[in-house]
Amino acid sequence: MKFIDEYQDSKLAQGLARRIAQHSTRTVRLMEFCGGHTHAILRYGIRQLVPKTVEMRSGPGCPVCVTATADLDKAIALAHLPDVIITTFGDMIRVPGSYSSLQQAKAEGADVRIVYSTIDAVAIAKANPGKSVIFIAIGFETTAPTIAASILKAQQERIQNFYVLSLNKLTPPVMKALLDSGEVKIDGIVCPGHVSVIIGSHPYEFIPRDYGVACVISGFEPLDILLCIDKLVEQIEKREPKVEIAYPRGVKPEGNRKARQLMEEVFEIGEANWRGIGIVPKSGLKIRKEYEQFDADKAFSMTLKPSKEPKGCRCGDVIRGAATPLDCKLFRKVCTPESPVGPCMVSSEGACAAYYQYGAAEDL
Amino acid sequence: MCLAVPVKIVSIDGDEAETEIAGVRRRVSIVFTPEAKVGDYVLLHTGYAIGVVDEAEAEETLKLLEEIASLSEVH
Ligand code: SF4
Repeated sequence: MKFIDEYQDSKLAQGLARRIAQHSTRTVRLMEFCGGHTHAILRYGIRQLVPKTVEMRSGPGCPVCVTATADLDKAIALAHLPDVIITTFGDMIRVPGSYSSLQQAKAEGADVRIVYSTIDAVAIAKANPGKSVIFIAIGFETTAPTIAASILKAQQERIQNFYVLSLNKLTPPVMKALLDSGEVKIDGIVCPGHVSVIIGSHPYEFIPRDYGVACVISGFEPLDILLCIDKLVEQIEKREPKVEIAYPRGVKPEGNRKARQLMEEVFEIGEANWRGIGIVPKSGLKIRKEYEQFDADKAFSMTLKPSKEPKGCRCGDVIRGAATPLDCKLFRKVCTPESPVGPCMVSSEGACAAYYQYGAAEDL
Repeated sequence: MCLAVPVKIVSIDGDEAETEIAGVRRRVSIVFTPEAKVGDYVLLHTGYAIGVVDEAEAEETLKLLEEIASLSEVH
């Protein structure tokens, strides 16, 4: 397939790996922000390809994983309201909340549907005028414009029964929160490729400037990631941290203005609740007053019991990069993709699922 | 979640396009990429094209990778 296969060539990968080994002298820890990167790094054995001096640590870039339990509980409570259809992306429905999951709500009779796109959610609203159709919106800057587009479409077509529970989150503010906490020392960040298609490279500039941490935006094929690691190692060796784009076929420094414009039309910036991190100011997207008729938070009121986390699950630590899945006592023994204890095992992008699926023998 | 795959635009109809990848056809929204033309590859994410693939940059990157591979060769 074009723009995919060429970036999987193993001879070129060996070449890059050799170059990284040739110029890497210092021990470095790189954090791949995005769960898609974690998945690719494990799937293609990139941790085995790079020299021992380079440690890869996964970060908070799995939208399902970072959804706070309290927000999940809200989604589940919405599902139990009469005449409601819940729509959401696939992995969300299996994530355990404090007392139940969307899947369990469905088994108990709630109407919960998985959609591929917000386009489908709007279509369901159109086809079911007697029901309230609520889209549980998760995702980073990659996905937020598509949520905005669905609200604009519902407005244009005067669809009165479409609502969004906006749990959308922003990437640079949470990177700042992690760096500010100083809990995990990071020398470089593999910045998320598809978030950057939208936001461009400028929003990361404070990271090398204020924290001295290298930033390189990466695509998702193995050669993209190796090229990104090569650039990160080079920056760190030279002690010249900056923002670079190692995925120029997808990412422009200015990002996608049109997508951002639609996103800013519908959303304003507010705080967000992150699993394992807590409330991070300016890291979430709230629906603007002008569009509040579509805001599930405004349209429905519920009383929720206090939330509680799954016992023994270290997802929060894994999300912050403070632990790897191997540090969790439940990993593989109690917690598996078939019976996941926490979201990091449910989501196909979760670090625990990736380690489970592709974990190297040396890890066990 | 942030998965996006390159698909080729075969026809355009307003703010929607018919795309193809490996024989699979799919209708996608191009509201975020009004500049996309027939024959372009776009990055498809949950039913929306979020960006147009820059083919010249794609080739540049491959050239760079080949250079690195030949330069790092142990002789
Ligand atoms: S292995 Fe399971 S229980 Fe442990 S941190 Fe991951 S999701 Fe939580």
